[in-house]
Amino acid sequence: MERIPILRMGPFLLVTIQVDMHDRLALTLQDDLTQKISRTGAKGVLIDISSLEVVDSFIGRMLANISAMASVLDAKTVVVGMQPAVAITLVELGLPLRGVRTALNVERGMELLNRSLGMDEKRSVKKPAESAGNDPIAE
Amino acid sequence: MSTSTLQTILQKHSAALLDEWMKTQLSADTLRSDLIKESELRDQSTQFIALFRDAMAGGNVTDVRDPEWKPARELLSKVSRARAVQGFTPSETATFVLSLKQPLFARIRLEQKDAGALADDYWTATLLLDKLALHTTEVYQKSRDDIIRRQHEEMLELSTPVVTLWEGILALPMIGTLDSARTQIVMESLLQRIVETGSEIAIIDITGVPTVDTLVAQHLLKTVSAARLMGADCFISGIRPQIAQTMVHLAIDLSNVVTKSTLADAFIVALERLEQKTNGAANRANGTHLPNARKTPAPVRAHRAEAR
Repeated sequence: MERIPILRMGPFLLVTIQVDMHDRLALTLQDDLTQKISRTGAKGVLIDISSLEVVDSFIGRMLANISAMASVLDAKTVVVGMQPAVAITLVELGLPLRGVRTALNVERGMELLNRSLGMDEKRSVKKPAESAGNDPIAE
Repeated sequence: MSTSTLQTILQKHSAALLDEWMKTQLSADTLRSDLIKESELRDQSTQFIALFRDAMAGGNVTDVRDPEWKPARELLSKVSRARAVQGFTPSETATFVLSLKQPLFARIRLEQKDAGALADDYWTATLLLDKLALHTTEVYQKSRDDIIRRQHEEMLELSTPVVTLWEGILALPMIGTLDSARTQIVMESLLQRIVETGSEIAIIDITGVPTVDTLVAQHLLKTVSAARLMGADCFISGIRPQIAQTMVHLAIDLSNVVTKSTLADAFIVALERLEQKTNGAANRANGTHLPNARKTPAPVRAHRAEAR
């Protein structure tokens, strides 16, 4: 059965959707991703949908769901590279995905995740930084 | 037989008819010597008489939609379209055919001696020329509509430029009344430019928009939402006092959107936000979390130096 690969990059998971999403694929991705987050303890999920050109209400809702599920599992979700047509469609469908963070491309999305991770660490009690270069002297 | 009289006239006296017709056209009030040359008019008239004769030879003098009238109709369409572009009025265009009545009737009168048959001939000729004149007017109207539609489309494209204010900052100065079709184009071109330039901030300036109703506001909010979905922030600037009042009266919720009174203000906020992002990234790279951007707003010149 076809699956969407979930790659691990440091404390984050990277999902690149390269094919047209159909409903079953979306549900499989939802299962796989939640399992992977809980297994790896990932702090962030980056979903790249720059190759996704067709979107329907189900896929839109799935993106919102994945983001909500990830946040329950203590991981932040960033959706990157949405095409203009897809964005217009989602807005017209009445799915502005309020809770989902977005960025223009993978690079910016990674920056966003790194930043939010840094802010989290700053706020929480001092603990060994997970990524290199996180010096808590800013406290 | 009425048909045969008309046919005979056109067969035998077409040259004389043409001369008389030209005379009528040249002496008429509706002649636009500033728009059309006499030689061109003569050319058109000659062609029309020839095609008119050919069509009449078929024997059908009632229905101009029949195939044997096709060449004559096409010539009239061509003349009519050309005149619509040249700036003739509808009556001036229709007069081209209608002015043929006078010389034609004079000819019929010479040929037809029987009073009853004369009336019949007049009626047949009138009916025929009126139909052709109506055809001319229809084509004229259609060409005018085409011209208006084309101009409308050109205006749509012209009036929605997306400009780059800075690396990473786009501005969209909107001018004129917004309707659904225009807002749709604006939305698409803005989103497309965001993808092309990789800009994180877009400023929609509506200083030049005279009125905002619920529909327009909804379109604006949709654009902002769509831009956000793609990962860009959208500011709205240049909301005039009257429009602000209308928006509140219409209960349009702009609390999720950053609004500034002028484009300059929005630009400053945009620069600050860009700086915040670059500083954040730079600090992380240096191993510090100091959020510099939270300091007092620096003068714009400083932003420029850093944004480079």
